[in-house]
Amino acid sequence: MSRIWAIATNTLREAVRNRILYALLFFAMVPITLSFLLSHLTVGEYHKIIMDVGLSAIALFGVLIAIFVGIGLVNREIERKTIYTIASKPVPRTSIVIGKYAGLVLVLGLLVALMGTAQVLVLLLNGVPFGAGLGIALGMTLLELMVVTAFAVLYSTFTSPTLASFFSLSTYVIGHLTEDIRSFGSASESRFVQELSAAVYWVLPDLEAFNVRMEVVHGVELPLPYLASTAAYGLLYSGLVLAGAALIFHRRDF
Amino acid sequence: MSEGSDSAIRMRGLNKVFRTGLLRRRFVALESLDLEVPRGGIFGFIGHNGAGKTTTIKLLMGLARPTAGTASVLGRPVGDPVALARVGFLPERPYFYDYLTGREFLDFYGRLFTLDEATRRTRATQLLETVKLTEAADTQLRTYSKGMLQRIGVAQALINDPELVVLDEPMSGLDPAGRRLIRNVILDMRDEGRTVFFSSHILSDVEMICQRIGILVRGRLHYTGGVADLLERHVNEVEVRAEVLPDDVAETLAGLTDRVDRHGAQWLMRCGDGEPATRLLARLTELGATIVSVTPLRPSLEDLFVQELDGTRVPTPEVTP
Repeated sequence: MSRIWAIATNTLREAVRNRILYALLFFAMVPITLSFLLSHLTVGEYHKIIMDVGLSAIALFGVLIAIFVGIGLVNREIERKTIYTIASKPVPRTSIVIGKYAGLVLVLGLLVALMGTAQVLVLLLNGVPFGAGLGIALGMTLLELMVVTAFAVLYSTFTSPTLASFFSLSTYVIGHLTEDIRSFGSASESRFVQELSAAVYWVLPDLEAFNVRMEVVHGVELPLPYLASTAAYGLLYSGLVLAGAALIFHRRDF
Repeated sequence: MSEGSDSAIRMRGLNKVFRTGLLRRRFVALESLDLEVPRGGIFGFIGHNGAGKTTTIKLLMGLARPTAGTASVLGRPVGDPVALARVGFLPERPYFYDYLTGREFLDFYGRLFTLDEATRRTRATQLLETVKLTEAADTQLRTYSKGMLQRIGVAQALINDPELVVLDEPMSGLDPAGRRLIRNVILDMRDEGRTVFFSSHILSDVEMICQRIGILVRGRLHYTGGVADLLERHVNEVEVRAEVLPDDVAETLAGLTDRVDRHGAQWLMRCGDGEPATRLLARLTELGATIVSVTPLRPSLEDLFVQELDGTRVPTPEVTP
Protein backbone atom coordinates (compact mmCIF):
# COMPACT_ATOMS: atom_id res chain seq x y z
CA MET A 1 0.00 0.00 0.00
CA SER A 2 2.78 2.41 0.90
CA ARG A 3 4.42 1.63 -2.46
CA ILE A 4 1.23 2.43 -4.34
CA TRP A 5 0.99 5.67 -2.39
CA ALA A 6 4.63 6.49 -3.19
CA ILE A 7 4.00 6.03 -6.91
CA ALA A 8 0.70 7.93 -6.75
CA THR A 9 2.17 10.94 -4.98
CA ASN A 10 5.16 10.90 -7.31
CA THR A 11 2.75 11.01 -10.28
CA LEU A 12 0.89 13.90 -8.68
CA ARG A 13 4.18 15.70 -8.11
CA GLU A 14 5.19 15.19 -11.73
CA ALA A 15 1.87 16.56 -12.98
CA VAL A 16 1.98 19.56 -10.66
CA ARG A 17 5.51 20.41 -11.85
CA ASN A 18 4.54 20.00 -15.49
CA ARG A 19 3.92 23.20 -17.42
CA ILE A 20 1.59 21.58 -19.96
CA LEU A 21 -0.97 21.08 -17.21
CA TYR A 22 -1.07 24.79 -16.51
CA ALA A 23 -1.48 25.60 -20.18
CA LEU A 24 -4.48 23.29 -20.43
CA LEU A 25 -5.89 24.66 -17.19
CA PHE A 26 -5.54 28.19 -18.54
CA PHE A 27 -7.52 27.31 -21.64
CA ALA A 28 -10.19 25.62 -19.53
CA MET A 29 -10.58 28.78 -17.47
CA VAL A 30 -11.37 30.85 -20.57
CA PRO A 31 -14.84 29.42 -21.32
CA ILE A 32 -15.63 28.99 -17.62
CA THR A 33 -14.95 32.61 -16.77
CA LEU A 34 -16.31 34.08 -20.00
CA SER A 35 -19.56 32.13 -20.02
CA PHE A 36 -21.43 35.24 -18.89
CA LEU A 37 -20.47 36.98 -22.15
CA LEU A 38 -22.20 34.23 -24.10
CA SER A 39 -25.24 34.57 -21.93
CA HIS A 40 -25.65 38.19 -23.04
CA LEU A 41 -26.12 37.01 -26.61
CA THR A 42 -29.31 35.26 -25.71
CA VAL A 43 -32.66 36.46 -24.53
CA GLY A 44 -33.59 35.03 -21.15
CA GLU A 45 -32.21 31.66 -19.96
CA TYR A 46 -29.28 33.79 -18.77
CA HIS A 47 -28.59 31.72 -15.68
CA LYS A 48 -28.89 28.41 -17.46
CA ILE A 49 -26.36 29.35 -20.14
CA ILE A 50 -23.73 30.31 -17.58
CA MET A 51 -24.21 27.06 -15.70
CA ASP A 52 -24.30 24.91 -18.83
CA VAL A 53 -21.25 26.42 -20.57
CA GLY A 54 -19.22 26.24 -17.38
CA LEU A 55 -20.05 22.60 -16.60
CA SER A 56 -19.55 21.54 -20.21
CA ALA A 57 -16.17 23.25 -20.34
CA ILE A 58 -15.09 21.48 -17.17
CA ALA A 59 -16.17 18.11 -18.62
CA LEU A 60 -14.49 18.70 -21.98
CA PHE A 61 -11.20 20.06 -20.69
CA GLY A 62 -11.21 17.43 -17.99
CA VAL A 63 -11.27 14.75 -20.65
CA LEU A 64 -8.54 16.42 -22.69
CA ILE A 65 -6.34 16.70 -19.62
CA ALA A 66 -7.15 13.14 -18.56
CA ILE A 67 -6.14 11.79 -21.95
CA PHE A 68 -3.09 13.89 -22.78
CA VAL A 69 -1.58 14.31 -19.35
CA GLY A 70 -2.59 10.78 -18.36
CA ILE A 71 -1.03 9.14 -21.39
CA GLY A 72 2.03 11.36 -21.10
CA LEU A 73 2.60 10.35 -17.50
CA VAL A 74 2.24 6.62 -18.15
CA ASN A 75 3.93 6.40 -21.51
CA ARG A 76 6.88 8.51 -20.54
CA GLU A 77 7.73 5.97 -17.86
CA ILE A 78 8.10 3.33 -20.53
CA GLU A 79 9.59 5.47 -23.26
CA ARG A 80 12.13 7.19 -21.05
CA LYS A 81 12.83 3.89 -19.33
CA THR A 82 12.26 5.27 -15.84
CA ILE A 83 10.08 2.17 -15.53
CA TYR A 84 13.30 0.11 -15.33
CA THR A 85 14.13 1.63 -11.99
CA ILE A 86 10.64 0.96 -10.57
CA ALA A 87 9.91 -2.45 -12.06
CA SER A 88 13.26 -3.74 -10.81
CA LYS A 89 12.36 -2.89 -7.22
CA PRO A 90 10.29 -5.25 -5.08
CA VAL A 91 7.14 -3.55 -6.35
CA PRO A 92 4.51 -5.75 -8.02
CA ARG A 93 3.69 -4.59 -11.54
CA THR A 94 0.03 -4.36 -10.53
CA SER A 95 0.96 -1.86 -7.81
CA ILE A 96 2.74 0.26 -10.41
CA VAL A 97 -0.41 0.42 -12.54
CA ILE A 98 -2.66 1.12 -9.56
CA GLY A 99 -0.26 3.72 -8.16
CA LYS A 100 0.00 5.47 -11.49
CA TYR A 101 -3.78 5.46 -11.90
CA ALA A 102 -4.38 6.66 -8.34
CA GLY A 103 -1.95 9.51 -8.96
CA LEU A 104 -3.80 10.50 -12.11
CA VAL A 105 -7.14 10.43 -10.27
CA LEU A 106 -5.61 12.70 -7.61
CA VAL A 107 -4.52 15.10 -10.36
CA LEU A 108 -7.97 15.04 -11.96
CA GLY A 109 -9.71 15.49 -8.62
CA LEU A 110 -7.54 18.51 -7.96
CA LEU A 111 -8.29 19.94 -11.40
CA VAL A 112 -12.04 19.40 -11.16
CA ALA A 113 -11.94 21.08 -7.75
CA LEU A 114 -10.00 24.03 -9.19
CA MET A 115 -12.26 24.43 -12.20
CA GLY A 116 -15.32 23.93 -10.00
CA THR A 117 -14.13 26.73 -7.71
CA ALA A 118 -13.73 29.01 -10.71
CA GLN A 119 -17.24 28.08 -11.81
CA VAL A 120 -18.64 28.86 -8.34
CA LEU A 121 -16.94 32.26 -8.40
CA VAL A 122 -18.41 33.04 -11.81
CA LEU A 123 -21.87 31.98 -10.60
CA LEU A 124 -21.58 34.13 -7.49
CA LEU A 125 -20.39 37.18 -9.44
CA ASN A 126 -23.27 36.87 -11.86
CA GLY A 127 -25.82 36.25 -9.18
CA VAL A 128 -26.76 32.82 -10.51
CA PRO A 129 -28.38 30.62 -7.87
CA PHE A 130 -26.96 27.13 -7.48
CA GLY A 131 -27.34 24.18 -5.13
CA ALA A 132 -26.03 20.71 -4.43
CA GLY A 133 -26.68 19.85 -8.08
CA LEU A 134 -23.46 21.59 -9.04
CA GLY A 135 -21.45 19.33 -6.76
CA ILE A 136 -23.24 16.28 -8.14
CA ALA A 137 -22.49 17.31 -11.72
CA LEU A 138 -18.82 17.80 -10.86
CA GLY A 139 -18.69 14.46 -9.06
CA MET A 140 -20.21 12.72 -12.07
CA THR A 141 -17.70 14.43 -14.33
CA LEU A 142 -14.88 13.12 -12.15
CA LEU A 143 -16.34 9.60 -12.40
CA GLU A 144 -16.43 9.91 -16.19
CA LEU A 145 -12.82 11.11 -16.16
CA MET A 146 -11.90 8.09 -14.05
CA VAL A 147 -13.32 5.74 -16.67
CA VAL A 148 -11.60 7.59 -19.52
CA THR A 149 -8.30 7.66 -17.61
CA ALA A 150 -8.52 3.91 -16.98
CA PHE A 151 -8.76 3.46 -20.75
CA ALA A 152 -5.87 5.85 -21.32
CA VAL A 153 -3.74 3.79 -18.89
CA LEU A 154 -4.84 0.56 -20.58
CA TYR A 155 -3.87 1.82 -24.04
CA SER A 156 -0.59 3.22 -22.72
CA THR A 157 0.48 -0.22 -21.54
CA PHE A 158 0.76 -1.58 -25.05
CA THR A 159 0.92 1.17 -27.64
CA SER A 160 2.58 4.46 -28.53
CA PRO A 161 1.38 7.78 -27.06
CA THR A 162 -0.08 8.89 -30.40
CA LEU A 163 -2.13 5.73 -30.86
CA ALA A 164 -3.07 5.66 -27.20
CA SER A 165 -4.41 9.24 -27.48
CA PHE A 166 -6.34 8.33 -30.61
CA PHE A 167 -7.82 5.22 -29.00
CA SER A 168 -8.74 7.13 -25.86
CA LEU A 169 -10.45 9.93 -27.76
CA SER A 170 -12.31 7.35 -29.84
CA THR A 171 -13.40 5.54 -26.70
CA TYR A 172 -14.64 8.84 -25.31
CA VAL A 173 -16.66 9.66 -28.42
CA ILE A 174 -18.08 6.14 -28.75
CA GLY A 175 -18.81 6.12 -25.03
CA HIS A 176 -21.18 9.03 -25.57
CA LEU A 177 -22.95 7.25 -28.40
CA THR A 178 -23.52 3.83 -26.82
CA GLU A 179 -26.92 4.81 -25.44
CA ASP A 180 -28.00 5.89 -28.92
CA ILE A 181 -26.68 2.65 -30.38
CA ARG A 182 -28.85 0.70 -27.96
CA SER A 183 -31.96 2.75 -28.53
CA PHE A 184 -31.61 2.60 -32.32
CA GLY A 185 -30.87 -1.12 -32.10
CA SER A 186 -33.90 -1.87 -29.94
CA ALA A 187 -36.09 -0.04 -32.47
CA SER A 188 -34.92 -2.43 -35.16
CA GLU A 189 -37.12 -5.25 -36.47
CA SER A 190 -34.22 -7.70 -36.59
CA ARG A 191 -33.60 -9.67 -33.44
CA PHE A 192 -29.92 -9.97 -34.37
CA VAL A 193 -29.49 -6.19 -34.56
CA GLN A 194 -31.29 -5.85 -31.25
CA GLU A 195 -29.02 -8.32 -29.50
CA LEU A 196 -25.89 -6.98 -31.13
CA SER A 197 -26.62 -3.40 -30.12
CA ALA A 198 -27.41 -4.58 -26.60
CA ALA A 199 -24.09 -6.46 -26.46
CA VAL A 200 -22.19 -3.41 -27.73
CA TYR A 201 -23.92 -1.34 -25.08
CA TRP A 202 -22.88 -3.68 -22.31
CA VAL A 203 -19.24 -3.99 -23.41
CA LEU A 204 -18.52 -0.36 -24.21
CA PRO A 205 -18.73 2.27 -21.51
CA ASP A 206 -21.87 4.38 -21.35
CA LEU A 207 -20.30 7.76 -20.63
CA GLU A 208 -23.56 9.61 -21.28
CA ALA A 209 -24.77 8.14 -17.98
CA PHE A 210 -22.42 10.53 -16.17
CA ASN A 211 -23.85 13.54 -17.98
CA VAL A 212 -26.33 15.03 -15.53
CA ARG A 213 -25.69 18.61 -16.64
CA MET A 214 -29.10 19.10 -18.28
CA GLU A 215 -30.87 18.01 -15.10
CA VAL A 216 -28.67 20.26 -12.98
CA VAL A 217 -29.09 23.24 -15.30
CA HIS A 218 -32.86 22.87 -15.26
CA GLY A 219 -32.96 22.18 -11.57
CA VAL A 220 -34.39 18.68 -12.03
CA GLU A 221 -34.08 16.50 -8.93
CA LEU A 222 -31.76 13.49 -9.51
CA PRO A 223 -32.96 10.32 -7.80
CA LEU A 224 -30.46 8.93 -5.34
CA PRO A 225 -30.66 5.33 -6.63
CA TYR A 226 -29.69 6.61 -10.08
CA LEU A 227 -26.68 8.47 -8.68
CA ALA A 228 -25.62 5.51 -6.57
CA SER A 229 -25.89 2.99 -9.39
CA THR A 230 -24.09 5.31 -11.81
CA ALA A 231 -21.28 5.84 -9.31
CA ALA A 232 -21.02 2.07 -8.77
CA TYR A 233 -21.02 1.58 -12.53
CA GLY A 234 -18.20 4.10 -12.99
CA LEU A 235 -16.04 2.59 -10.25
CA LEU A 236 -16.63 -0.98 -11.37
CA TYR A 237 -15.96 -0.17 -15.01
CA SER A 238 -12.74 1.69 -14.16
CA GLY A 239 -11.67 -1.24 -11.98
CA LEU A 240 -12.23 -3.75 -14.79
CA VAL A 241 -10.35 -1.69 -17.36
CA LEU A 242 -7.53 -1.16 -14.89
CA ALA A 243 -7.38 -4.90 -14.21
CA GLY A 244 -6.91 -5.41 -17.95
CA ALA A 245 -4.14 -2.80 -17.95
CA ALA A 246 -2.46 -4.52 -15.00
CA LEU A 247 -2.66 -7.88 -16.75
CA ILE A 248 -0.97 -6.56 -19.90
CA PHE A 249 1.59 -4.65 -17.86
CA HIS A 250 2.34 -7.74 -15.83
CA ARG A 251 3.06 -9.84 -18.90
CA ARG A 252 5.01 -7.40 -21.02
CA ASP A 253 8.76 -7.13 -21.52
CA PHE A 254 10.48 -3.79 -21.19
CA MET B 1 20.39 -22.40 2.70
CA SER B 2 18.85 -23.04 -0.67
CA GLU B 3 20.76 -24.54 -3.55
CA GLY B 4 23.02 -22.06 -5.28
CA SER B 5 22.85 -19.53 -2.47
CA ASP B 6 26.65 -19.39 -2.52
CA SER B 7 26.47 -17.62 -5.84
CA ALA B 8 25.08 -14.15 -6.30
CA ILE B 9 23.90 -14.80 -9.83
CA ARG B 10 23.38 -18.09 -11.61
CA MET B 11 22.18 -18.49 -15.19
CA ARG B 12 21.41 -21.78 -16.85
CA GLY B 13 20.85 -22.11 -20.58
CA LEU B 14 19.42 -18.62 -20.81
CA ASN B 15 17.95 -17.84 -24.22
CA LYS B 16 16.25 -14.74 -25.50
CA VAL B 17 14.74 -14.53 -28.93
CA PHE B 18 13.11 -11.33 -30.15
CA ARG B 19 10.56 -11.19 -32.91
CA THR B 20 10.85 -7.96 -34.81
CA GLY B 21 8.92 -6.19 -37.51
CA LEU B 22 5.76 -7.20 -39.31
CA LEU B 23 7.32 -10.42 -40.53
CA ARG B 24 8.17 -11.37 -36.93
CA ARG B 25 11.74 -12.15 -37.91
CA ARG B 26 13.67 -14.07 -35.29
CA PHE B 27 16.58 -12.35 -33.67
CA VAL B 28 18.56 -14.39 -31.19
CA ALA B 29 19.86 -11.97 -28.57
CA LEU B 30 21.18 -14.59 -26.16
CA GLU B 31 22.04 -18.19 -26.77
CA SER B 32 22.28 -20.80 -24.01
CA LEU B 33 24.03 -18.55 -21.56
CA ASP B 34 25.51 -20.32 -18.54
CA LEU B 35 27.10 -17.99 -16.07
CA GLU B 36 27.80 -18.02 -12.40
CA VAL B 37 28.84 -15.00 -10.39
CA PRO B 38 30.18 -15.86 -6.93
CA ARG B 39 29.30 -13.76 -3.91
CA GLY B 40 31.70 -10.99 -3.06
CA GLY B 41 34.02 -9.18 -5.42
CA ILE B 42 33.50 -7.34 -8.65
CA PHE B 43 32.39 -9.12 -11.79
CA GLY B 44 32.83 -7.37 -15.12
CA PHE B 45 30.50 -8.30 -17.93
CA ILE B 46 32.03 -7.22 -21.20
CA GLY B 47 31.06 -7.29 -24.82
CA HIS B 48 30.68 -5.00 -27.79
CA ASN B 49 27.50 -3.00 -28.36
CA GLY B 50 24.64 -5.32 -29.17
CA ALA B 51 26.35 -8.40 -27.74
CA GLY B 52 23.42 -8.95 -25.38
CA LYS B 53 24.71 -7.44 -22.14
CA THR B 54 21.67 -5.27 -21.49
CA THR B 55 19.34 -8.10 -22.48
CA THR B 56 21.04 -10.36 -19.93
CA ILE B 57 20.69 -7.71 -17.25
CA LYS B 58 17.01 -7.15 -18.09
CA LEU B 59 16.39 -10.87 -17.71
CA LEU B 60 18.19 -10.84 -14.36
CA MET B 61 16.18 -7.91 -13.07
CA GLY B 62 12.86 -9.40 -14.19
CA LEU B 63 12.29 -6.63 -16.72
CA ALA B 64 12.01 -9.18 -19.51
CA ARG B 65 11.32 -12.90 -19.61
CA PRO B 66 13.72 -15.45 -21.09
CA THR B 67 12.58 -17.51 -24.06
CA ALA B 68 14.22 -20.52 -22.42
CA GLY B 69 16.44 -21.26 -19.47
CA THR B 70 16.45 -20.16 -15.86
CA ALA B 71 18.28 -17.66 -13.74
CA SER B 72 18.51 -17.03 -10.05
CA VAL B 73 19.60 -14.00 -8.08
CA LEU B 74 20.86 -14.41 -4.49
CA GLY B 75 19.62 -18.00 -4.55
CA ARG B 76 16.08 -17.09 -5.53
CA PRO B 77 14.31 -17.13 -8.88
CA VAL B 78 14.43 -13.95 -10.92
CA GLY B 79 11.82 -11.37 -9.94
CA ASP B 80 11.36 -12.79 -6.44
CA PRO B 81 10.56 -9.78 -4.23
CA VAL B 82 12.75 -11.06 -1.39
CA ALA B 83 15.75 -11.09 -3.71
CA LEU B 84 14.85 -7.78 -5.36
CA ALA B 85 14.76 -6.14 -1.94
CA ARG B 86 18.46 -7.00 -1.57
CA VAL B 87 19.53 -5.91 -5.06
CA GLY B 88 20.47 -2.47 -6.30
CA PHE B 89 20.21 -1.68 -9.99
CA LEU B 90 21.37 1.09 -12.30
CA PRO B 91 19.96 0.81 -15.83
CA GLU B 92 21.91 1.73 -18.92
CA ARG B 93 21.78 5.40 -19.95
CA PRO B 94 19.25 6.03 -17.22
CA TYR B 95 16.54 8.61 -17.58
CA PHE B 96 15.24 9.77 -14.29
CA TYR B 97 12.37 11.82 -13.02
CA ASP B 98 13.88 15.16 -13.88
CA TYR B 99 11.25 17.14 -11.98
CA LEU B 100 12.53 15.70 -8.70
CA THR B 101 15.44 17.08 -6.73
CA GLY B 102 18.31 14.76 -5.93
CA ARG B 103 17.09 14.26 -2.40
CA GLU B 104 13.43 13.70 -3.40
CA PHE B 105 14.64 11.24 -6.01
CA LEU B 106 16.49 9.09 -3.49
CA ASP B 107 13.59 9.38 -1.08
CA PHE B 108 11.18 8.09 -3.71
CA TYR B 109 13.21 4.91 -4.24
CA GLY B 110 13.56 4.50 -0.49
CA ARG B 111 9.77 4.53 -0.28
CA LEU B 112 9.54 1.83 -2.95
CA PHE B 113 11.65 -0.33 -0.62
CA THR B 114 9.30 0.67 2.24
CA LEU B 115 12.16 2.10 4.29
CA ASP B 116 11.05 4.27 7.18
CA GLU B 117 11.45 8.02 6.96
CA ALA B 118 14.45 8.31 9.29
CA THR B 119 16.39 5.62 7.42
CA ARG B 120 15.54 7.23 4.10
CA ARG B 121 16.77 10.59 5.28
CA THR B 122 20.08 9.33 6.70
CA ARG B 123 20.82 7.09 3.71
CA ALA B 124 20.01 9.84 1.21
CA THR B 125 22.33 12.27 2.96
CA GLN B 126 25.13 9.68 3.15
CA LEU B 127 24.76 8.60 -0.48
CA LEU B 128 24.67 12.17 -1.77
CA GLU B 129 27.95 12.63 0.06
CA THR B 130 29.40 9.40 -1.42
CA VAL B 131 28.69 10.46 -4.98
CA LYS B 132 29.70 14.07 -4.30
CA LEU B 133 26.30 15.60 -4.95
CA THR B 134 25.58 17.17 -1.58
CA GLU B 135 25.60 20.64 -3.08
CA ALA B 136 23.14 19.69 -5.81
CA ALA B 137 20.88 17.77 -3.41
CA ASP B 138 18.04 20.25 -3.57
CA THR B 139 18.08 21.15 -7.24
CA GLN B 140 15.92 19.39 -9.81
CA LEU B 141 17.54 16.64 -11.87
CA ARG B 142 16.69 18.54 -15.07
CA THR B 143 19.63 20.81 -14.32
CA TYR B 144 22.08 17.94 -13.71
CA SER B 145 24.90 17.17 -16.14
CA LYS B 146 25.27 13.70 -17.60
CA GLY B 147 27.93 12.77 -15.08
CA MET B 148 25.80 14.00 -12.18
CA LEU B 149 22.84 11.94 -13.43
CA GLN B 150 25.00 8.84 -13.61
CA ARG B 151 26.20 9.48 -10.06
CA ILE B 152 22.71 10.02 -8.63
CA GLY B 153 21.79 6.81 -10.45
CA VAL B 154 24.54 4.94 -8.62
CA ALA B 155 23.35 6.46 -5.34
CA GLN B 156 19.82 5.27 -6.13
CA ALA B 157 21.15 1.72 -6.60
CA LEU B 158 22.49 1.78 -3.02
CA ILE B 159 19.48 3.22 -1.19
CA ASN B 160 18.36 -0.21 0.06
CA ASP B 161 21.84 -1.20 1.30
CA PRO B 162 21.90 -4.07 -1.23
CA GLU B 163 23.95 -7.29 -1.14
CA LEU B 164 24.19 -7.35 -4.91
CA VAL B 165 24.57 -4.29 -7.11
CA VAL B 166 23.90 -4.60 -10.84
CA LEU B 167 25.18 -1.69 -12.91
CA ASP B 168 24.60 -1.48 -16.66
CA GLU B 169 27.37 0.59 -18.29
CA PRO B 170 27.99 2.77 -15.23
CA MET B 171 30.98 4.53 -16.79
CA SER B 172 29.69 5.24 -20.27
CA GLY B 173 29.66 8.87 -21.26
CA LEU B 174 31.66 10.03 -18.25
CA ASP B 175 34.79 12.15 -18.24
CA PRO B 176 37.97 10.69 -16.68
CA ALA B 177 37.28 12.27 -13.29
CA GLY B 178 33.71 10.96 -13.32
CA ARG B 179 34.91 7.50 -14.27
CA ARG B 180 37.41 7.50 -11.46
CA LEU B 181 34.73 8.52 -8.97
CA ILE B 182 32.44 5.70 -10.09
CA ARG B 183 35.38 3.26 -10.01
CA ASN B 184 36.12 4.23 -6.44
CA VAL B 185 32.47 3.93 -5.45
CA ILE B 186 32.42 0.42 -6.95
CA LEU B 187 35.59 -0.50 -5.06
CA ASP B 188 34.00 0.82 -1.86
CA MET B 189 30.94 -1.36 -2.53
CA ARG B 190 33.22 -4.39 -2.73
CA ASP B 191 35.01 -3.42 0.48
CA GLU B 192 31.63 -3.13 2.20
CA GLY B 193 31.05 -6.77 1.28
CA ARG B 194 28.67 -6.28 -1.61
CA THR B 195 28.82 -8.22 -4.85
CA VAL B 196 29.07 -5.95 -7.87
CA PHE B 197 28.05 -7.09 -11.33
CA PHE B 198 28.64 -4.47 -13.97
CA SER B 199 28.67 -4.36 -17.71
CA SER B 200 31.03 -2.21 -19.65
CA HIS B 201 32.83 -1.82 -22.90
CA ILE B 202 35.51 0.38 -21.34
CA LEU B 203 37.94 -2.44 -20.78
CA SER B 204 40.62 -0.51 -18.96
CA ASP B 205 38.11 0.17 -16.19
CA VAL B 206 37.16 -3.49 -16.06
CA GLU B 207 40.80 -4.56 -15.97
CA MET B 208 41.51 -2.13 -13.18
CA ILE B 209 38.80 -3.18 -10.73
CA CYS B 210 37.40 -6.62 -11.61
CA GLN B 211 38.50 -9.93 -10.22
CA ARG B 212 36.36 -11.96 -12.56
CA ILE B 213 34.89 -11.29 -15.97
CA GLY B 214 32.54 -12.75 -18.50
CA ILE B 215 33.00 -11.99 -22.18
CA LEU B 216 29.88 -11.99 -24.31
CA VAL B 217 30.23 -12.15 -28.08
CA ARG B 218 27.10 -12.04 -30.22
CA GLY B 219 24.87 -13.44 -27.51
CA ARG B 220 27.24 -16.24 -26.51
CA LEU B 221 29.55 -16.40 -23.56
CA HIS B 222 33.14 -16.75 -24.74
CA TYR B 223 35.00 -16.67 -21.50
CA THR B 224 34.33 -16.52 -17.84
CA GLY B 225 36.94 -16.60 -15.15
CA GLY B 226 39.62 -14.50 -13.50
CA VAL B 227 40.98 -11.45 -15.25
CA ALA B 228 44.52 -12.19 -14.09
CA ASP B 229 44.31 -15.79 -15.33
CA LEU B 230 43.21 -14.66 -18.74
CA LEU B 231 45.94 -12.06 -19.03
CA GLU B 232 48.71 -14.22 -17.56
CA ARG B 233 47.84 -16.96 -19.98
CA HIS B 234 48.67 -14.62 -22.80
CA VAL B 235 51.98 -13.37 -21.51
CA ASN B 236 54.41 -14.72 -24.07
CA GLU B 237 56.84 -11.89 -24.66
CA VAL B 238 59.36 -10.06 -22.55
CA GLU B 239 61.02 -6.71 -23.04
CA VAL B 240 64.72 -6.47 -22.16
CA ARG B 241 66.47 -3.19 -21.49
CA ALA B 242 70.26 -3.17 -21.59
CA GLU B 243 73.11 -0.65 -21.64
CA VAL B 244 76.66 -0.53 -22.91
CA LEU B 245 76.42 -2.34 -26.20
CA PRO B 246 78.30 -1.93 -29.50
CA ASP B 247 76.52 0.02 -32.25
CA ASP B 248 76.20 -3.02 -34.50
CA VAL B 249 74.44 -5.02 -31.79
CA ALA B 250 71.30 -5.45 -33.93
CA GLU B 251 73.26 -7.61 -36.40
CA THR B 252 74.98 -9.55 -33.63
CA LEU B 253 71.66 -10.41 -32.02
CA ALA B 254 69.81 -11.28 -35.26
CA GLY B 255 67.80 -14.46 -34.69
CA LEU B 256 67.69 -13.98 -30.96
CA THR B 257 65.29 -11.05 -30.81
CA ASP B 258 62.37 -9.84 -32.92
CA ARG B 259 63.12 -6.19 -32.53
CA VAL B 260 65.92 -3.92 -31.37
CA ASP B 261 65.38 -0.21 -30.68
CA ARG B 262 67.77 2.35 -29.36
CA HIS B 263 66.57 4.93 -26.83
CA GLY B 264 69.53 7.16 -25.96
CA ALA B 265 72.03 5.07 -24.07
CA GLN B 266 69.60 2.19 -23.66
CA TRP B 267 68.68 -0.65 -26.00
CA LEU B 268 65.22 -2.17 -26.03
CA MET B 269 64.74 -5.72 -27.20
CA ARG B 270 61.73 -8.02 -27.41
CA CYS B 271 61.63 -11.76 -27.57
CA GLY B 272 59.52 -14.72 -26.55
CA ASP B 273 59.56 -15.65 -22.88
CA GLY B 274 61.24 -18.77 -21.50
CA GLU B 275 63.94 -20.36 -23.65
CA PRO B 276 64.41 -17.48 -26.18
CA ALA B 277 64.70 -14.95 -23.34
CA THR B 278 67.29 -17.08 -21.54
CA ARG B 279 69.40 -17.32 -24.73
CA LEU B 280 69.14 -13.59 -25.38
CA LEU B 281 70.19 -12.70 -21.83
CA ALA B 282 73.13 -15.16 -22.02
CA ARG B 283 74.32 -13.60 -25.27
CA LEU B 284 73.98 -10.07 -23.84
CA THR B 285 76.04 -11.06 -20.80
CA GLU B 286 78.71 -12.47 -23.11
CA LEU B 287 78.80 -9.11 -24.90
CA GLY B 288 79.44 -7.46 -21.53
CA ALA B 289 76.14 -5.57 -21.45
CA THR B 290 74.49 -4.28 -18.30
CA ILE B 291 70.94 -5.62 -18.05
CA VAL B 292 68.68 -2.80 -16.85
CA SER B 293 65.34 -4.62 -16.74
CA VAL B 294 63.37 -7.61 -17.99
CA THR B 295 59.62 -6.95 -18.19
CA PRO B 296 56.91 -9.44 -19.16
CA LEU B 297 54.67 -7.85 -21.78
CA ARG B 298 51.16 -8.39 -20.52
CA PRO B 299 48.52 -7.78 -23.16
CA SER B 300 45.74 -5.45 -22.09
CA LEU B 301 42.26 -6.82 -21.80
CA GLU B 302 41.45 -4.63 -24.74
CA ASP B 303 44.12 -6.30 -26.90
CA LEU B 304 42.71 -9.69 -26.06
CA PHE B 305 39.17 -8.60 -26.61
CA VAL B 306 39.90 -7.14 -30.02
CA GLN B 307 41.84 -10.26 -31.00
CA GLU B 308 38.93 -12.33 -29.90
CA LEU B 309 36.46 -10.35 -31.95
CA ASP B 310 38.73 -10.59 -34.98
CA GLY B 311 38.89 -14.30 -34.41
CA THR B 312 42.67 -14.25 -34.58
CA ARG B 313 42.98 -15.77 -31.18
CA VAL B 314 40.23 -17.27 -29.13
CA PRO B 315 41.09 -18.12 -25.54
CA THR B 316 40.02 -21.59 -24.58
CA PRO B 317 36.48 -21.26 -23.30
CA GLU B 318 36.58 -21.95 -19.64
CA VAL B 319 33.00 -22.01 -18.52
CA THR B 320 32.83 -22.70 -14.82
CA PRO B 321 30.56 -25.62 -14.10
